[in-house]
Amino acid sequence: MPTKLGLSAAALLVASFTGQAFAEEVNVYSNRQDFLVKPIIDTFTKETGIDVNVVFLKDGLGERLEREGRLSPADLLLTVDVSRLMDVVDKDLTQAVESEILEESIPAQYRDADGKWFAVTTRARAIYTSKDRIGKREDITYEELADPKYKGKVCTRSGKHPYNVALTASMIDEHGVDYTKTWLQGLKANLAQKPQGGDRDQIKAIKDGVCDYALGNSYYYGVMLSDEEQRETAEAVYINFPNQADRGTHVNISAVALAKHAKNKDAAIKLMEFLASDEAQHLYASANHEYPVKEGVEPSALVKGWGDFAADKRPLVDVAKHAKTAVQLVDEVKFDL
Amino acid sequence: MKRTAWTVSSWVLALLLTLPIMALIYEALLPTEDVFRHLWGSVLPTYISNTFWLVLWVMVFSFLAGVPAAWLMAMCELPSKRWLQWALILPLAMPSYIVAFVYTDLLDFSGPVQGTLRHWFGWQSASDYYFPAIRSLGGAALVLGLVLFPYVYLLARTAFMEQSMSLVQSSRLLGCTPWQSFKKVSLPLARPAIVVGLSLVAMETLAEFGTVNFFAVNTLTTAVYDTWLGYGSLNAAAKISAIMLLVVMLLLSMERMSRKRQQVFQKHMGQEQQRGYVLTGVTKWSALIFCWGLVALGFLLPFIILCYHALRYFDQAWNSRFFEYSLNSLLLSSLVAGLAILVALVLGMSHRLTGKTYTQIPKRLASMGYALPGTVLAIGVLVPLTSLDFAINDAALWLGMTEPGLLFTGTMTAIAFGYLVRFGAMAIGSVESSLGKVSPSLDMVTQTMGYSPSAMMMKVHVPLIRKGILAGALLVFIECMKELPAALLLRPFNFQTLATYVYQFVSDEQLELGALPAIVIVLVGLIPLIFLNRSLEQAH
Repeated sequence: MPTKLGLSAAALLVASFTGQAFAEEVNVYSNRQDFLVKPIIDTFTKETGIDVNVVFLKDGLGERLEREGRLSPADLLLTVDVSRLMDVVDKDLTQAVESEILEESIPAQYRDADGKWFAVTTRARAIYTSKDRIGKREDITYEELADPKYKGKVCTRSGKHPYNVALTASMIDEHGVDYTKTWLQGLKANLAQKPQGGDRDQIKAIKDGVCDYALGNSYYYGVMLSDEEQRETAEAVYINFPNQADRGTHVNISAVALAKHAKNKDAAIKLMEFLASDEAQHLYASANHEYPVKEGVEPSALVKGWGDFAADKRPLVDVAKHAKTAVQLVDEVKFDL
Repeated sequence: MKRTAWTVSSWVLALLLTLPIMALIYEALLPTEDVFRHLWGSVLPTYISNTFWLVLWVMVFSFLAGVPAAWLMAMCELPSKRWLQWALILPLAMPSYIVAFVYTDLLDFSGPVQGTLRHWFGWQSASDYYFPAIRSLGGAALVLGLVLFPYVYLLARTAFMEQSMSLVQSSRLLGCTPWQSFKKVSLPLARPAIVVGLSLVAMETLAEFGTVNFFAVNTLTTAVYDTWLGYGSLNAAAKISAIMLLVVMLLLSMERMSRKRQQVFQKHMGQEQQRGYVLTGVTKWSALIFCWGLVALGFLLPFIILCYHALRYFDQAWNSRFFEYSLNSLLLSSLVAGLAILVALVLGMSHRLTGKTYTQIPKRLASMGYALPGTVLAIGVLVPLTSLDFAINDAALWLGMTEPGLLFTGTMTAIAFGYLVRFGAMAIGSVESSLGKVSPSLDMVTQTMGYSPSAMMMKVHVPLIRKGILAGALLVFIECMKELPAALLLRPFNFQTLATYVYQFVSDEQLELGALPAIVIVLVGLIPLIFLNRSLEQAH
């Protein structure tokens, strides 16, 4: 019995070693789910013959990378949310990439001046309103959601989710810590229910009459509208882009960066350049209804139908540096409790 | 093998399995950062009280569901008992976060239950009526109780069945009613097993992440996550983990204490007489409704809903990756289950051979990993294994060879080791409670016949406790199939388990697409259940 077990253990070990092929390949650590990046990566492999290995790490990507140090097999990092990205960059786990293709494709606002990261898509933090009870609210602002007149009418997911943290961080950058704390308190007081679920659930809550206003990322609305089963729910709300009269709507990114100890550097840069190509940008837009960063690549027809909006122009690095303070504020006002 | 060899190997195993915890304690002992003080002053007290109540309620629920069900199955004749006795284990195969998702779908405002009520009574909005919120502490306790009670059921049933029927019969002859003989004879005899079951439930609840996160119930586990990932502070996260570890050690020692005061040995491993009260009338129907109700809520209903989603989204969800991921999960889980039993036997026997109190220590040490939430455990595993990897690579460089790369953290080793640390306690507990029932006089007899300790183990103890071994292996296997957070962090390139695959969909709020692989997790988890049940039946 023990020998048999020992043998199968050895077999498993060997199997996992031989998984590392000798052909040209890129190893990717990704915050993004496989099924979202899969079509893009399959296209890349088909065109270049380069194999791509992806590990989906929802959490703890930076921590793992840090521990592995120079022995890390990761070549490329695919992240969502700017504060998680900056965490990796600040820990010096990425390296600069010089590529004309990337610099030409991606606007300066959406990449690091030194080439240590490049955004691939953007997504807006929208406010959804009930079609029946509220209607379209083009003049809506984030600040307004803390107004006592909305008591019991607002829904959102956990205040500590990266998307809400980034929004709170952008509030800190705009208004300072004290204002933002008061804002969070006001927002909490207005909540119809304890923060729960994901962005999609907030849209559902509006349809159910639990609340009239909800915070949510733009692409969830797109995905729901293009899914037969969820369309009816999504059709109960309007998408509104907040703060159009002043600083613009808060926008977050998904991004790519070259790992500091990348061993397949050339192949990895090829993949980065591919992610910025018209083809991949188009795939991102059509599969997940995000906004392509590359100028000239159109969002999906559905997303275009929502109309243009002014995005908050402040550098995302400025948002990311307030992320930790934002999490602390969320805890201080016991937002989720 | 000499006795000292047993002792040495049990200490080596125990120390190996405690490596991740030692790494964490080391981390926790580093000077306090502001983060911990900040948490202590704001949200941590609430987290602690939430955790306390959650664990308590889940234990109460598991006891009230598991013990009566176990007794009914072991001692009574009921129609459909052949089905029921293994159907009651089925909820174990259900990942709790999936059950949580299903019940949320059913019971929240837009779900069919409230929808129907509104339709019947003409209510318009949420403010017109009261309905208990499923996303609450009570809801989480209920969902966790539904999937965790089989731990108590399984261990208690084995204990009831191994009880010598003659004891029960004697008590009846002395004038006890069935209830009195249950209370005075069966329950005290089964107490060690029940306590082990309850402590498994408590530790499982303590480490639970998926459900509480989904229900927005903040516990110490979610605090560890937030602290590590939100604040980026491993130090504060390790400190909170250390608090949790203390709680678990407290739980465990309470269990030991309660067990130490009773020394119960039975002469016969009951297989002789006919057992079973024949239930009739109201008793029969209440027993049936009780047992089948548990099965329906903990397994059938969620399973049917999963099937419904799987059918609707079949075309999108059906693809070639199934077989590969199923095989991965199956191999990994069997490997870990086998290793866990080996560890449990070595630890259990070495304690038995010496009979000294201090040889308990390796068992306790090796069981501590169960207290660690998956992510924390993953950090704990990565820290020592990474150092080992670096040591090997440095040595290779020094010898002028090419660096072999991440031999431990880049392969299956890390994840298998992590699972062994996390779930070894289940095998240890199960083997221990079975060994406890083997009378020491057997050891003495065997030894006077000149058997070596290992021969004695293989020829006497293993056959006698095979049911306990199987139950332990089964528990470990199913847990490995479902385990998620550690798998997410520890798996090597191009390696997915079914759980990580399903989780991708759940985390993107698309459980519908993950329903099919989720069903596979459940079905694969069923295979050993059938196996176990057959062996239990053969004994009678």
